[in-house]
Amino acid sequence: MTDQAQTSTSLLSRRHLLMFVSVAAGGFATAIVGLPLIGFLIAPLFRRQPGVWRDVGPLSKFPVGETSKVTLEDSSSIPWGGADSLTAAWLRRVDEQTFQAFAVDCTHLGCPVRWEASAELFMCPCHGGVYYKNGEVAAGPPPHALEQFPVRILNNTVQVEWRKLPDVAENCLHSKEADA
Amino acid sequence: MIQLLLKIWHTLDDRLGLVKNLKPLMDHRVPKESKWAYVFGSATLFAFILQVVTGVALATVYDPSATGAYKSLEYISRQATLGSFVRGLHYFGASAMILFIGIHMLRVFLYAAYKYPREGNWLTGVVLLMFTLGMGFTGQLMRWDQDAVWSVNIAARQAVRVPFLGKYLQQFVYAGDRLSGLTLNHFFDLHVFIIPGIMFAFIGVHLYLVLYNGISEPPKAGVPVDPKTYRRQYKELVKKNGVPFWPDAAWRDALFGSLVIAGIVTFAFVYGAPHLAPPPNPTLLNAEPRPDWYLLWYFAILAMSPHQLESGIMILAPAMVFGSMFALPFFFNSGERSLRRRPWAVAWVTIVVVGVCTLWYEGKISPWSPRFNAPPLPASMTASLNPSARRGAALFHDKRCESCHMIEGYGGLRGPNLSRAADRLNREQMEWRILNGGHNMPSFAGILKPDEVDDLLSFLHTRDFPSGSQIGSTQP
Repeated sequence: MTDQAQTSTSLLSRRHLLMFVSVAAGGFATAIVGLPLIGFLIAPLFRRQPGVWRDVGPLSKFPVGETSKVTLEDSSSIPWGGADSLTAAWLRRVDEQTFQAFAVDCTHLGCPVRWEASAELFMCPCHGGVYYKNGEVAAGPPPHALEQFPVRILNNTVQVEWRKLPDVAENCLHSKEADA
Repeated sequence: MIQLLLKIWHTLDDRLGLVKNLKPLMDHRVPKESKWAYVFGSATLFAFILQVVTGVALATVYDPSATGAYKSLEYISRQATLGSFVRGLHYFGASAMILFIGIHMLRVFLYAAYKYPREGNWLTGVVLLMFTLGMGFTGQLMRWDQDAVWSVNIAARQAVRVPFLGKYLQQFVYAGDRLSGLTLNHFFDLHVFIIPGIMFAFIGVHLYLVLYNGISEPPKAGVPVDPKTYRRQYKELVKKNGVPFWPDAAWRDALFGSLVIAGIVTFAFVYGAPHLAPPPNPTLLNAEPRPDWYLLWYFAILAMSPHQLESGIMILAPAMVFGSMFALPFFFNSGERSLRRRPWAVAWVTIVVVGVCTLWYEGKISPWSPRFNAPPLPASMTASLNPSARRGAALFHDKRCESCHMIEGYGGLRGPNLSRAADRLNREQMEWRILNGGHNMPSFAGILKPDEVDDLLSFLHTRDFPSGSQIGSTQP
């Protein structure tokens, strides 16, 4: 009687041990493959692209009062990125020394706005957003003005800083504060 | 010869246990009345299988890199033997899959087949609907043309509006801070490995549940679902009045599914591969990104939402739609299934179908988008005008009034039609509106010179009923 009970408990604990070993071994194998994989997969979420100044042309190329398209290359170095590494901006020469470089992304949903020179308006092809030449919202759904890249003049060359566009949410707050 | 084949078959079956294990599945009894309304789920499955097969075929030529994707698509569409046809199959297959999963879901909802014991069937179905739409969106991006690039931008701009997580979601969409070479690779991985893998798993569970819980019987008014007795009642029903699944019920699935495939093949043969927009260069700005038809209704929602509520609608509406779909079987898993006792179900389906169709129509014409390519007003309309009004007519085009306002069939639909503007507004009212603008109209005070305003007003002033009708009659 006692012998039998002992056998069954020892059997049970032996089974428990085997189950534990199976699950633990499986868990270990999964973890040593899984954790690095997860790290590899989510790494792009934490990939920061620092700002970088890009030459866009000599000062003389941009007449005062006019707005023209310039192309900026981003700071990432994905060798097969091709044209995806390029960003366009609308560069407006306000006066001799002042420039504004607008991101082409409509602040509504990011469609590319066009500069309609004769009407002096930026117009979005998607949902009817319109901006004045200074980037302020003229009509339609955009929540705030066109975002801007920093511009500087260095040895008669105009430079625009490619950088990550500010978060829309932050900008909304700013424009609301400005309105108030 | 036949003897030999039979012997081989028996040997194989002895080792594989096909008859023993699969015959009960083929023979399982299903309600006799479950007829043509029940073919849409299998049609969706057939379309899915077609997508897997054509997708694998396309992947033998497709180059999933930012520099190569567009070139390989051009190659598939224009040079590869049967390439345009196979791309067409994949596109129309996707269309069919989305269409039939929609119809299937409506049918299940109308028949209240999500009630006990089939809650799990419904829940896995909702997950499959989400992933099917996800495949539609990511599939559109695989073209990696201009529309695809801007679609990613639009998706990222929506993602960033999500509270707290927005920034991370945006980085997930871009695979970084901004569109880059990695963006396409990530979407390719989602479209080809991750989402299909998840879908295989969920389709497996979905089909297992269909077998385990049985195909629902058509609802009858006055026969409510009672979880305590339903399984016994169903068992009796199929025992007494059921038919074997194969072939008594399955022949309809086979026939309808084959017709669907034949339809897709016909469309692919006649229309070939879908349109490819210009190359994916983010510095080419003359883009007008539009989603494929199955997401066009969503494009319309984004344009028509009141501006202040927009972020809420963008984030809350999908959350509420899918949330209520998930919640449905938890709150209504028993009771009447017949539509005669479920008037609200009829109302919901009507609202959804009419709503989506209206949004489709609006999305198709997108009246909110400016018409950049509107031609100048024709001489027939301006020849008889005085010089000032004629200059005004030219300004109407040059200053882009025409992009949003229509006159006699020329121009856009965003703003009011100005064919008879002078009947509604006097000169002062028009001037006030032009200089001050409105919610959807820019103020032209800083854009037009005073004499230009005068010319424009002279022109608009001619747009009254007599001249309108006279000129209108000369239009084709």
